[in-house]
Amino acid sequence: MDLTPETLRESYRRMRMIRAFETKLGELVTAGKMGGFMHLYAGEEAVAVGVCAQLRDADTVASTHRGHGHCIAKGVDVHGMMAELFGRATGVCKGKGGSMHIADLDKGMLGANGIVGAGIPLSTGAALTAKMKRTGGVAVAFFGDGATNQGAFHEALNMAANWKLPALYVVENNGFGEFTPTEFVVPVKDIADRAGSYAMKSMIADGMDFFDVTAKAVEALDHCRSGRGPVLLECKTYRFAGHFVGDPLVYRSKEDAEDWIQNRDPLQGFEAHVVEAGLVDAADLRRIDLEVEEELASAVEAAEAAPFPDVGELTRDVYVEAS
Amino acid sequence: MSRVLTLGAAINEALHIAMETDPDVIVLGEDVAGGGDRAGDDVDEMGGVLGTTKGLVKAFPGRVLDTPISEMGILGTAVGAAVTGLRPVAELMFIDFLGTCLDPLLNQAAKLRYMFGGKARVPLTVRTVTGAGMQSAAQHSQSLYWITAGIPGLKTVIPSNPADAKGLLLAAIRDDNPVVFCEAKLVLGARGEVPEGDYEVPLGVANLAREGGDVSLIGFGGTVPMCLAAAKKLAGEGIEADVLDLRSLQPLDEEAILTTLEKTGRVVIVDESTPRSSVASDVAALCVDRGFDFLQTPIRRVTAPHSPVPFSRPLEQAYLPSAAKIIDAVRSQD
Repeated sequence: MDLTPETLRESYRRMRMIRAFETKLGELVTAGKMGGFMHLYAGEEAVAVGVCAQLRDADTVASTHRGHGHCIAKGVDVHGMMAELFGRATGVCKGKGGSMHIADLDKGMLGANGIVGAGIPLSTGAALTAKMKRTGGVAVAFFGDGATNQGAFHEALNMAANWKLPALYVVENNGFGEFTPTEFVVPVKDIADRAGSYAMKSMIADGMDFFDVTAKAVEALDHCRSGRGPVLLECKTYRFAGHFVGDPLVYRSKEDAEDWIQNRDPLQGFEAHVVEAGLVDAADLRRIDLEVEEELASAVEAAEAAPFPDVGELTRDVYVEAS
Repeated sequence: MSRVLTLGAAINEALHIAMETDPDVIVLGEDVAGGGDRAGDDVDEMGGVLGTTKGLVKAFPGRVLDTPISEMGILGTAVGAAVTGLRPVAELMFIDFLGTCLDPLLNQAAKLRYMFGGKARVPLTVRTVTGAGMQSAAQHSQSLYWITAGIPGLKTVIPSNPADAKGLLLAAIRDDNPVVFCEAKLVLGARGEVPEGDYEVPLGVANLAREGGDVSLIGFGGTVPMCLAAAKKLAGEGIEADVLDLRSLQPLDEEAILTTLEKTGRVVIVDESTPRSSVASDVAALCVDRGFDFLQTPIRRVTAPHSPVPFSRPLEQAYLPSAAKIIDAVRSQD
């Protein structure tokens, strides 16, 4: 594990950007300045960044309806993302994808996905490509605890294990499938146990702890890269906001939420660890906070000023046209 | 040079050529290798439930993948492989099984390119057997191509003869869009001249299989031989029919449909599927929208009834369109 001050600062920057980005989106949607269904990733930053910081260019990421965090963690341009969410022509998907389908294949980001669990077989296909074309890449699928109740999860994991694909399946177990507590609908205590059916290696990480996620991701990716087959990594985490912006949050206890948000915040935990260990100064982190705020403000300003797509875009990109 | 092959054998030949000419082409599905890739084991392989992929695994070891019976996994994995650089040919054994796995086609393959602002390519081919005619009854006999033909982002083709099957499949595999390639049971065993070597039949181009001038019989897949048989019989009565084989349901060759309609002023559309939201209804709407001034008689559609496919042989025969039903439809236009 190569955690230099430089890589730690970069990981902090991405976690802080996710937090700031999602906070800003919440404000924009609530103020009626941005449309669409919006699912925020705040609280789960250590999972996306802890895993993605260990990835290489050849590695791919498939995401979920809660996908902004994975985009930022995989290095998708924040300006392009913000423009996309404003539905502008300068968006990373030309304004045609929006929040639930934001993607950047040039960065190996295979897309958020509006269908719960659908990214899991897609990522399995990316792992098949990596194996057959010997790219050396690992295909990482992020998905929630709810997705592990879909048939797509079980079919894909069975195939990946059988073919020993370089695939890492990261479950972000945030305790709720939409509004329903996970234990209401999942009979196993740990989602990781589900790997047993597929003779697949599984691991559990504290998803609020960047360093634990990092350690587990390093081990899991090494397993995948060395040809020993896929890994199911369960990260226990918490969704600071509701399922979507506007969720009244009547279904979870305020005390529990406060406990997670006040005492388990992954950014605070990261800061306490690196400052105590003398790896990064608190002053460095404050400077990054400011830089993030500035970049975000400039992204919002540019996005709001950018043009909407031309109406001619409506029927463009439905098919690849013959050249 | 050409030889006589069955439609199934023509597909097998196209798969060999596609795999020889492009190392990124892989074949995956239930039983497609059929156990024929066990190292050091001298077992023969099934090569698919109808034997269409037989011989591929021996010729291309490692590129013909038997999957579990997991249609969602097969199609989802194939979409992911396609978007990251392979050119998969996935087999959905019967199109009826779409009920277990529509999402990878409906919400993934069809939409990734559009949603991602034109960045993605999904060069995926899904081979699937369609239609009635083998007494396989309600869950293995449907003609559900109208579903995939109606989903923007997908292409859907259905050959009626072996030569077209080979050329259309090669074109489908080499197309950078997801293509559903339908193999109609009624013609899967049909024999015909098939050119040797590598050639493509372009997607979206209909074929005028017979020239008449008095009436236009429009069919595709298993209904084309019925149209030709009806045309032969009608010729004996002095009625000469155009027979237009659509070959491709999306993109649809609208100009070819309007051209034959303009010539004859009289059209009968023959579709093996059920009538609601069908290709037949779509073509009829096109004739009215864009060809109203050409129409000299009412349009007739010959389709299956709005019913599941029955098992019993006489019922199944009654379910399917036929040359006799087509002739009745033509006579009813007078």
